[in-house]
Amino acid sequence: MRTVIAEDSVLLRAGLTKVLETAGFEVVGAVDDAAGLLAAVEEHRPELVIADVRMPPTFTDEGVRAALVVRRQWPEVAIMVLSQYVEERYAADLLSQQTSAIGYLLKDRVADVESFLESLRRVAGGGTALDPEVVAQLLLRRQDTSLDRLTAREREVLGLMAEGRSNTGIAELLVISESAVAKHINGIFAKLDLSSSDGGDHRRVLAVLRFLDGERA
Amino acid sequence: MNAALASTGRFLLVPWQARAWRDLWFVVLSSALSLPPLGIMVLAWIFYVPAYVPSVLVCVFAPLAVVVLLSPQLTALRRATYFEIRGVRIPKPPPLPSASGGPRNPGRLTAVGSALADRFRSPRTWRQALFHLVACPAAELVGVLSGVAWLGALVFASVAGNFAAKGSFALAGVQFAVCLVLVYLAPWLVMASVRWDLKLAADLLGPTREEQLAQRVSDLTESRAATVDAADAERRRIERDLHDGTQQRLVSLAMNLGLARATLTDLPEDARAALAEAHEEAKDTLAELRHLVRGLHPVVLEDRGLDAALSGVAARSPVPVRLAVDVPRRVSPTVEAVAYFTVSEALANIAKHAQAAEARVDVWLDGPLLKVSVTDDGVGGADAGRGSGLNGLAQRAASVDGGFEFSSPVGGPTTIQVELPCEL
Repeated sequence: MRTVIAEDSVLLRAGLTKVLETAGFEVVGAVDDAAGLLAAVEEHRPELVIADVRMPPTFTDEGVRAALVVRRQWPEVAIMVLSQYVEERYAADLLSQQTSAIGYLLKDRVADVESFLESLRRVAGGGTALDPEVVAQLLLRRQDTSLDRLTAREREVLGLMAEGRSNTGIAELLVISESAVAKHINGIFAKLDLSSSDGGDHRRVLAVLRFLDGERA
Repeated sequence: MNAALASTGRFLLVPWQARAWRDLWFVVLSSALSLPPLGIMVLAWIFYVPAYVPSVLVCVFAPLAVVVLLSPQLTALRRATYFEIRGVRIPKPPPLPSASGGPRNPGRLTAVGSALADRFRSPRTWRQALFHLVACPAAELVGVLSGVAWLGALVFASVAGNFAAKGSFALAGVQFAVCLVLVYLAPWLVMASVRWDLKLAADLLGPTREEQLAQRVSDLTESRAATVDAADAERRRIERDLHDGTQQRLVSLAMNLGLARATLTDLPEDARAALAEAHEEAKDTLAELRHLVRGLHPVVLEDRGLDAALSGVAARSPVPVRLAVDVPRRVSPTVEAVAYFTVSEALANIAKHAQAAEARVDVWLDGPLLKVSVTDDGVGGADAGRGSGLNGLAQRAASVDGGFEFSSPVGGPTTIQVELPCEL
């Protein structure tokens, strides 16, 4: 998979490149700032972009802003944003245009090489990967919306859906059966007033969006 | 006995030190400087003796107005003299606040007019006029008396000489004693006059006690703000250093260990276990460091404000938090930081001591105040004195002139309320 990496730490840039190449990704560009990232995407038209949030010159949210530009100009490029700390506000920005083919993870997650690569593949395949820490922050805001009606277990399931997990993945994580997961998801759909005419996958995205929308309301 | 004699001798010689002569010179000069304001006051009376009440009033108030108008110049002259001759610095009072609020149409005349109005309104002007017209001449009078004393001494000396020539030595002795007393008294008078003069100048020409205190408060406020800002900047620097250095290295280390763990599948069992342990350790360290560094200075606070930063704090709290932030505009970064750390410290306290099922955090703007309220449904009975972080919270609020209120009856609920002025 053709990938561009934007990361200002030399050490991490080299490390990420090594990890990706070991796993069979093709790193076509490795740059150290947002401007370099945009130029590399323009030049190489990669399938996947991995960007650090904090880069020169202001060291605040350059990565998030560059990711939004990439999303607008080249919507077909999947984006994984990495950060030393995750903030729901940045997640809300990233997800404001569409919730597919986007990921936002703590940098720490890179250490778990296998699951990090799995997240990358999921994002490249059009899915989402939100860090559990972001999801926890997003859940915090849900209290005064229709999401209030969800049970604790349903919230947990919805959080995992927002992380981009499949039903199988959710079942494994919660150590419950897949049919139990499906039951919870139907409960969520019902409580969020999402009727079956919206279609299965579509409803799933809508539920996650509702979950994220409460944030901005 | 000898020591007592010596000190009495020194005391008696005091008026005849070099200082006495410097004081004399000062009195002469100072008297000269007193002449212009007094001159202005008597000028009209020399050429025209008013006979009716209205003209008396004119002859009193017109010169008085001139002295008041000239008082800044007269005062500046005094200040320079005191400094040049005595090395005494009379501090300049702060600039007059403009009570007239500035002219609407800033023509030259209106500007002069409003400056004059400000000056007449200010008690400082009247204190200065009092000094130039009354206090200083009074002090100088003592100096003049010393001149009289010297003159008297001369007269008595010559009279004593006359009596001595006529042979009446007893009378001559008395006259001579009077002469000695006068000669001795004169320098004392001079010195007393100068001491008075300087004291009056400091009291009437310098800033009042009130102005001095106001100046001191504004100096202290400024230096405290600078200290708070410096501490903030230092935290920011440390955060940045850790982020750019240690954290990246640790991520890289953990990643390499993770890569080794994933790829080196044919290692002996104990080597694999050691590798796994090192990997887990590295990840734990990374998480610990991340929490520590974020606690130092959250970048998102600077970047996106309180609401964004507090959701991170609340989400990490082990006690569930209901968070409501209603702050539609950004406030001063220092105040944001105080509010942020207050909430994060309060939530940490709740997690440690309160045994609460839920905490509630409200942050809102109330006019010029940013208000923060943190409540929990725990056991209460928290004591601000008992080494909890509560003292630190109160100090943090005080560092920006904020208020801190705390209540924690046994059985709960515990409430912390902080009010911070938005702009410093």
